[in-house]
Amino acid sequence: MIAFLIKRLMHAILVMFVISVLAFAIQDNLGDPVQQMVGQSVPESEREEIRERLGLNDPFLVQYARFAKNAVQGDFGYSYFYREPALEVIARHLPATLELVFAATLIIVLFSVPIGVYSAIKPRSPISRLFMGVSIIGISIPVFLTAIVLIQIFAIGVTVTLFPESTGWGAWLNDFFSTEGNMPSFGRGYDLVNVVGNWDTNLATWNGLQHLVLPAVSLASIMLPLFIRLIRAEMMEVLQSEYVKYARAKGISMRRVYFVHALKNTMLPVITVGGVQIGTMVAYTILTETVFQWPGMGLMFLDAINRADIPLIVSYLMIVGVIFVVTNTIVDLIYGMVNPTVKLTGKPA
Amino acid sequence: MSTSTNSPSASATPSRWERLRDSYMWYSFKRDYTAQLCLAVFICMVIAAFASPLLAPTDPYDLAQIDIMSSELPPFWIEGADERYSLGTDAQGRDLWSIVLYGTRVSLLIGFGAVILQALLGVTFGLMAGYLGGRVDTILMRLADIQLSFSTLMVAIVVGALVKATMGSAFYSQYAVMMLILIIGLAEWPQYARTVRASVLAEKNKEYVDAARVMGLRSKRIMFRHVLPNTMSPIFVISTVQIANAIISEAALSFLGLGMPETHPSLGSLIKSGFDYIQSGSWWITLIPGAVLVVLVLSINLLGDWLRDVMNPRLYKG
Repeated sequence: MIAFLIKRLMHAILVMFVISVLAFAIQDNLGDPVQQMVGQSVPESEREEIRERLGLNDPFLVQYARFAKNAVQGDFGYSYFYREPALEVIARHLPATLELVFAATLIIVLFSVPIGVYSAIKPRSPISRLFMGVSIIGISIPVFLTAIVLIQIFAIGVTVTLFPESTGWGAWLNDFFSTEGNMPSFGRGYDLVNVVGNWDTNLATWNGLQHLVLPAVSLASIMLPLFIRLIRAEMMEVLQSEYVKYARAKGISMRRVYFVHALKNTMLPVITVGGVQIGTMVAYTILTETVFQWPGMGLMFLDAINRADIPLIVSYLMIVGVIFVVTNTIVDLIYGMVNPTVKLTGKPA
Repeated sequence: MSTSTNSPSASATPSRWERLRDSYMWYSFKRDYTAQLCLAVFICMVIAAFASPLLAPTDPYDLAQIDIMSSELPPFWIEGADERYSLGTDAQGRDLWSIVLYGTRVSLLIGFGAVILQALLGVTFGLMAGYLGGRVDTILMRLADIQLSFSTLMVAIVVGALVKATMGSAFYSQYAVMMLILIIGLAEWPQYARTVRASVLAEKNKEYVDAARVMGLRSKRIMFRHVLPNTMSPIFVISTVQIANAIISEAALSFLGLGMPETHPSLGSLIKSGFDYIQSGSWWITLIPGAVLVVLVLSINLLGDWLRDVMNPRLYKG
């Protein structure tokens, strides 16, 4: 266990090192910082002096060492745009992203397990076929398009005039397919409750929850089909195994066989894939947050790119690197706990 | 293998066509209407996209043909439509039908290009890792692990963002097609490398490889001429999924403004530019390219599903 954690730590340090070198290397190519700091009338000799004082004339390695020393102490420099420490800017945007990921994960878990299990137990039933068909369509729709469609339907509204108005049925069908479109689709809303520090939550008020629904559903929409298909495939494999047949032969009720015996072993691979996918969701938050103008890390990152706000870009990359390494480590630990046959220190899978 | 196509029966060496006709793949394709429909839709879209200069009534790249006065016109089934523009116009007054055709061509070009690059890199590295083993294997697979743990979309977004920030927007949009192929290709090679490595490991200890080695062939020749042909079926299967993924990745990058510029839009940048106008009621600018994208990706995905069922290789999960 300790050996595993140390190994993971080395792994993480290596990853962070690579990211930091890459991130630092691009800094040089983004124009002259001195030019952005001083006016046009400042003579070249003074510019040279500022450059010397800031250490911009030092060799690359010396500059990198200085950057790394500050970074290890949690100092990633000042954001050009916000004019405050980059890490503080990220800390302010982090809760919004985490709440979005949390809500999406909740939706995924609540829906994927029952649907996956049902369609594994009754693979030929029309409902399972419907779920499978919908899930492959879901995989094929990019997350930002789901978001746009949701906005069109629930935030803007759709007025259907496809059926003739004269008959009662036509009017009823028109009404049935039309939507009012009064869901909020922009930002986090006005009714946030401060929990602690800079963490304002959306989860405490009705208005906050309303604002959370559409972004969370569209973020969940990309992973939900994957999980349904994964759970179904694993469950169908488990149902073929000897111990399930044995449990069935013993006369244990089917419900117990499915949900106690089979489901447990189905969840093993789901946990590994799932953990990695929760990390992947961070990538999709960039897309979701852009569509809904959700003021989280992803939107902040994209703005930082458009403003060439290097310290902010670098710190975002480092923080995301930490998030990925931590989730992967936790997933491996949980996997080791639920499946004792896996030796963490042995050959990594 | 002779190419005599007219041999009446399978008594002689069967021709390629006959082998295809007798294969399980053809049999299963004949019975699977979904696969037939998807293949038909896919082929139609590819032909329409690459014949877009012939099919499109206007040339959307030609600024002289664009009239800003006719912007945001609705498609033909909605009142207020202009009969010159069957699917309506976008915010710049470009004919949506033409621009969607051209956009599909760009999307397909980038999708195929990126997958070819991924396959070249991934197959080479996967073969090397699996066949040579040892330190090469460790380094390559550790690299693949790290890259995959970051999720390919994340890698693509970050690389795209950094390249754009370093080179400047003007340069980036000038070479956007090449850049996107490069970025998506570099981001997704580990998928191929892992699949190929797994099947190479299964093949490598078989007797024909030993025989080739005993004959004194160089490892490069054994890898590419002997082992590689036997790992083709999983490569085919993941290729379909990867094309779909590459098209979606391209759309995502373009949607974020890291992809094709609006002057030469792909489906993704069309969706992006239309999204700015969705609040004003012009839903067709964004949803028509969106629907085309979904149909394209869906047909590729369904074909991939069918191909996986037919070839049934033990694929790497996740």
